[in-house]
Amino acid sequence: MIKLNVNGKKLDFDGDENTPLLWALREQLGLTGTKYGCGIAECGACTVHIDGQAVRSCVYPIAALEGSEEITTIEGLSKDGSHPVQQAWTELDIPQCGYCQAGMIMAVSALLKENPNATDQDIDDTITNICRCGTFARVRKGIHLAKKKA
Amino acid sequence: MNKLFNTSPNLSRRSFIVATSAAGLSVGVLNACAPSEKPVDYSQLPPNPEVNAWVHIHHDDTVTVRIARSEMGQGTVTGLSQLVAEELGCDWDKVTFEFPTPGENQRRDRVWGSFSTGGSSGIRRSHQYVREGGAAARMMLTEAAANQWDVPVSECTVEKGVISHKGSRKSARFGELVVAASKLMPPTEFKLKDSKDWIISGKSKQRLDTADKLTGALKYASDLTFPGMLNASIKDCPILGGTLKSFDASVPEAMPGVKKVLQIDNAVVVVADTWWQANSALEATPIEWDGGKLASYSSDEINALLDDGLEASETFTGNKGGDVDAAMKAAAKTIEATYNFPTQNHATMEPMNATALWTPEKCEVWCPTQNGEAALRETVTASGHPIEKCDVYKTILGGGFGRRGMSDYVGQAVKIAKEMQGKHIKLQWSREEDMLHGFYHPITKCKLKGGLDVDGNITALDIKISGQSILAALMPQALVEGADYATFQGLLPAGLSDRLEDQTLKYSFPNFHIHHAMRNPPIRPGFWRGVNLNQNTLYLESFLDEMAHAAGEDALDFRLAMLKDEPKMAAVLKAAADKGGWGSNDGKHRGLANIYGFGSYVAACAEVSINNDGTVKINKITAATDPGHAVNPQQIAAQVEGSFVYGLSAMLFGEITYKDGQPEQRNFDTYNSMRIKDMPKVETIVMPSGGFWGGVGEPTIAVAAPAVVNAIFSATGKRVRKFPINNRDLRV
Repeated sequence: MIKLNVNGKKLDFDGDENTPLLWALREQLGLTGTKYGCGIAECGACTVHIDGQAVRSCVYPIAALEGSEEITTIEGLSKDGSHPVQQAWTELDIPQCGYCQAGMIMAVSALLKENPNATDQDIDDTITNICRCGTFARVRKGIHLAKKKA
Repeated sequence: MNKLFNTSPNLSRRSFIVATSAAGLSVGVLNACAPSEKPVDYSQLPPNPEVNAWVHIHHDDTVTVRIARSEMGQGTVTGLSQLVAEELGCDWDKVTFEFPTPGENQRRDRVWGSFSTGGSSGIRRSHQYVREGGAAARMMLTEAAANQWDVPVSECTVEKGVISHKGSRKSARFGELVVAASKLMPPTEFKLKDSKDWIISGKSKQRLDTADKLTGALKYASDLTFPGMLNASIKDCPILGGTLKSFDASVPEAMPGVKKVLQIDNAVVVVADTWWQANSALEATPIEWDGGKLASYSSDEINALLDDGLEASETFTGNKGGDVDAAMKAAAKTIEATYNFPTQNHATMEPMNATALWTPEKCEVWCPTQNGEAALRETVTASGHPIEKCDVYKTILGGGFGRRGMSDYVGQAVKIAKEMQGKHIKLQWSREEDMLHGFYHPITKCKLKGGLDVDGNITALDIKISGQSILAALMPQALVEGADYATFQGLLPAGLSDRLEDQTLKYSFPNFHIHHAMRNPPIRPGFWRGVNLNQNTLYLESFLDEMAHAAGEDALDFRLAMLKDEPKMAAVLKAAADKGGWGSNDGKHRGLANIYGFGSYVAACAEVSINNDGTVKINKITAATDPGHAVNPQQIAAQVEGSFVYGLSAMLFGEITYKDGQPEQRNFDTYNSMRIKDMPKVETIVMPSGGFWGGVGEPTIAVAAPAVVNAIFSATGKRVRKFPINNRDLRV
């Protein structure tokens, strides 16, 4: 039994410690907002925050956690969808199929927390999530809009 | 209705999960009454019946529009809802939607028509009957009000879900009239609104399905759970035409959580408590495949097959005019070039998956499908149950792009569930399985020859396509004396058939021949967003650029000279060129492309520069689209922006190659896709000229690559004819 601190709640994980955080979240803890896209940390659909840092949870085993870390998933980013990034995403109607957007929003919110004045170059260097529908043009606008809302 | 969406109590405005049958129990939380009125507890009332198949209106005036087509990001749910709401005359802020099931469609004599969602057809092939559905509901509600007030229907007016009669100063809300309206005879004649009078359609409304995509609340099929559900991972034989020889079940059976190890056709399946357990156990399973005849098949053989086609004398003719051979001989100057277009995977972000429950009494499937009725047919076949005992519940798709028009994964899930009776089984493909078992974009090569007269006019054009036919593999009954006319998408003559009218060539060439040497490698082809328009436009528009250069002509003027009879095509090309800075003396490098596809006219002007390492930097693309009627301009812009990502990802990175009879690319590390750093600025011009209904989800993909390639030529003097570009040094 491992204690995890997810979205401000202490949760017990009773499973194989080699399980990636992604699958513990989705299958043991019922938090399905975090998505499986590739399993090799390439696409970013599984991005969550660990102590505020964007982490690709599909390759992050539970065993690597001490239990005290604050894990935040899309469900815990805000109580009511009111995080500045979520607000910007609403205003610009960014998602298409939406499957990658939880990971995209988590990656962007971590970037803006670290760097509230992120430039286009910072965005290019940091946001490497794949979106096959192709929302990138609006995602870039959304990041700049979220900066103003923060 | 779709049971999946009847389980949620979520009734928020932006949620699509408003449920018809559950609504009567819970709409009390909403209150649409004017503040001065005493709030009514609608939960005490029996739920309203539907007005008709398309429209359900709750007591509180919430309108649930039934959408038969699938939503995979293209926005069709919002667009179709706008069309229905426009004719209905309801308050747009009270509109939500739900998906009827294909089983219910079957039981109701296909009242919702086709569920198939592809070919950019969601709106253009159903606008008439969905608008009539909205209009019929409005007419029935109005008649119900007129009957109650004993006034002529013609004197009643409808605005924002309220019907009024000026003379008697009476008014009533839609929600109050539903019971009476539902008992009336549906009208058979409709007068639909003129598009100039639209107040909901034609406007840039926000999507109806955004909110839950931002909070993790939206359940995709891969997110569904059911009490007692088990999870399955699958490995089908990865070798073309290969079979499963043997596997050692004792290894996975000893692993944690594993419930069963199965063979389904030529696949090994592990069923476990969680998917992580199932997939880990499957990865550990020793499996031997029998590769069969194609065990050593490789891309070299595919290339040789296509090269053979390029030299073939026997071909299928798609379009011709004049005497191309004579004109070529008489030409003052001729040029020739060969292009290729590779095999590509759809790579939807959500890998294939389906959840199935099989009992002796019924079989139910929950899945992301672009074709609910095809998924139902697959369920019937795989389950062994008659259609009355089967149904399919659609979710919103995590991408489709044509891949989810196929139902292979549905059949697999049902077969597994049949082995695990009474349990919900969620089959989730790994990304690797998804890469190995696609219905891939067809592979082709193309040899083009052009002749110019002394004045630089095109006098002859020969386009010979060699390669794969989708229809030969998937719909051989659609071949015409062996020919696949869909291969010529965008290049066909007018007048072949209604269905092919949206695939016609708009240029006038004096002497030309467009033909196809069908060469089918043993790869499973499929409909891949944009389909054959993608490579055909790349071939045509790149080569015309080559010819313009050979003629010493401006590439815009050169094209416009051949579009004199096609003012709509010429208009979008000019618009993209003008806004894109074509002809500016600013030292920037630009390229153009245009095409008519999926019933819409599209054009692009790309501006590129070359990085220090010789790779391309796409700075900006200006795109113009004339879809006839533009139902939601901001969503058309979203589709245009996204089309560049899909088209340019393919141009830059998209290629599946074969070795040892199987794809070499297994995941996004070897099958790359554009990231935000690769994304150009996009300016979209939506210029609806009215009078027709064109699709917007696909056509722009086709102009993405040629516009960029032509700009690369402008920047480097080098023609890119081999795709994908990858990180080649374009200066060499």
